[in-house]
Amino acid sequence: MEQTQRRPAGVVSAPSRLLDGLQRWLPKLVIAPTFVLIGIGIYGYMLWTGILSFTSSSFLPTYDFVGFDQYAKLMANDRWLTASKNLAIFGGLFIFTCLFIGVVLAIFLDQRIRQEGAIRTIYLYPMALSMIVTGTVWKWILNPSLGIEKLMHDWGWTSFSFDWLVNSNLAIYTIVMAAVWQASGFVMALFLAGLRGVDSSIIRAARVDGASLPLIYWKIILPSLRPVFFSAVMVLAHIAIKSFDLVMAMTAGGPGYSTDLPAVFMYAHTFTRGQMGLGSASAMLMLGAILALIVPYLYSELREKRHD
Amino acid sequence: MTDMTRPGLSPSRIAIYGLLILACLVYLVPLFIMLVTSLKTPMDIRTGNLVALPTEWTTIGWTKAWSEACTGVQCDGISGYFWNSFKMTVPAVMISTLLGAFNGYVLAKWKFRGSDLLFGLLLFGCFVPFQVVLLPMAATLGQLGLANTTPGLVLVHVIYGVAFTTLFFRNYYVAIPDALIKAARLDGAGFFTIFFRILLPMSTPIFMVSLIWQFTQIWNDFLFGVVFASGDSQPITVALNNLVNTSTGVKEYNVDMAAAMIAALPTLVVYIVAGKYFIRGLTAGSVKG
Repeated sequence: MEQTQRRPAGVVSAPSRLLDGLQRWLPKLVIAPTFVLIGIGIYGYMLWTGILSFTSSSFLPTYDFVGFDQYAKLMANDRWLTASKNLAIFGGLFIFTCLFIGVVLAIFLDQRIRQEGAIRTIYLYPMALSMIVTGTVWKWILNPSLGIEKLMHDWGWTSFSFDWLVNSNLAIYTIVMAAVWQASGFVMALFLAGLRGVDSSIIRAARVDGASLPLIYWKIILPSLRPVFFSAVMVLAHIAIKSFDLVMAMTAGGPGYSTDLPAVFMYAHTFTRGQMGLGSASAMLMLGAILALIVPYLYSELREKRHD
Repeated sequence: MTDMTRPGLSPSRIAIYGLLILACLVYLVPLFIMLVTSLKTPMDIRTGNLVALPTEWTTIGWTKAWSEACTGVQCDGISGYFWNSFKMTVPAVMISTLLGAFNGYVLAKWKFRGSDLLFGLLLFGCFVPFQVVLLPMAATLGQLGLANTTPGLVLVHVIYGVAFTTLFFRNYYVAIPDALIKAARLDGAGFFTIFFRILLPMSTPIFMVSLIWQFTQIWNDFLFGVVFASGDSQPITVALNNLVNTSTGVKEYNVDMAAAMIAALPTLVVYIVAGKYFIRGLTAGSVKG
């Protein structure tokens, strides 16, 4: 009431008009710094890297354009092909295993378990650790002469041998183990949150109809969690494509370059081997891989929102 | 789900508990191994095995890791890098969270032409593989004279963290009824008054989510640290990696494990103290989108 008395309708003084104008601009002013930061730091730099990928830049950026040469070189590069193949193996196994473990643990934890909070905390804590810490621990556990191998020998299984970490054909699977240990609890948390959102009356009705609990989960509950599957795959795929720290800590890409991933390849060529053009081309291909995943996801997300 | 009483102990319940406890062990054993190894003598490590308790408990690994261990050419432990990480993480978390709160407020309650597009661009920013910005960012930091400095890293973390914090706050504020804002505007409350008097007092949960998320992300970062920092400005993750992967001299696994524990402690403490917010933070963005 006080406000309307002070400023009667129709009589607007000049300073208050200025104030109104400022009020209208305030939201845009507040968000402007972020707009500039993101505009340059993400979209501008993306373009810049794109441009570099078409040049012959080596230790320093140069701007003599060589067309798709760097991409052609990349496709013929043995180390890049190994990195891409590794990403397929690592990404595929990592996503599949995390989903499997996550779903199973979430369903079991959803059975009115005592100490659920404590158990959930234990499953999820690896996610709070740095990949470098995870890599350091797993490198030690998988150490061929002092780790699990020695433990098994001490326990009497003297013929046991486990040298995957230094075996160039198998080392990539040790990276999968550590990554699954780190991220599967997170997938569990996603699915547990999803399960808690399932309408319990549907389940009660199915039980009345005589359906068994496993059947209810398989036929009714899990299919209704499709959006959670989608989000989990997105997050996991994203972690896989970006994976860099874990490899650096566990194998540094070795033995040889047998555990290279695209992120490691990009770092090595751009920052230590002075092949900026080639490194930029590899970064652009990583962006392409993410785009192929993200665009359909964002599209379906935004479309669903509009339907609401 | 169907009734409130817990079922009794049937064979299938025992199997469920068995599997859940086994999984607990799998998740806990690496932490246990890290801890006991850090408290052993090098001799003990060579003669004993992974899961054996130390025959002689010692904190020598911890003191060595903290103040004597060699990371590359320098040998004054990881304490300096630990503080580097703090000096980088605290301001970066504060700034990115504050920016995110204001941005989220604007994008949820003060929509303007193009604000949805802006939100879409920000959302996409959460998914960009950082490899695609590394080179230009390195060049820019060099130009600004911020290469290899902690303020440089703070800037980088603010830029690439603000997309996440904005997303968190925007999704939180969208759920608050517009009527509340409209009523306040009719009463003559302006942009900032509405934020500080109405939204801020109900924002504690989302602030917790943003602070915890950003703290773990920035503290645990390795990529930006290894590319944009060198020598004295390196964060703890880079120092730990250098320490563990240094090839000179005899490997002291107790020191490695102690250093790993030191690098992990701040985020572990945050996780244990504020665990339920952490879980919410991890799931909020991806379930509700």
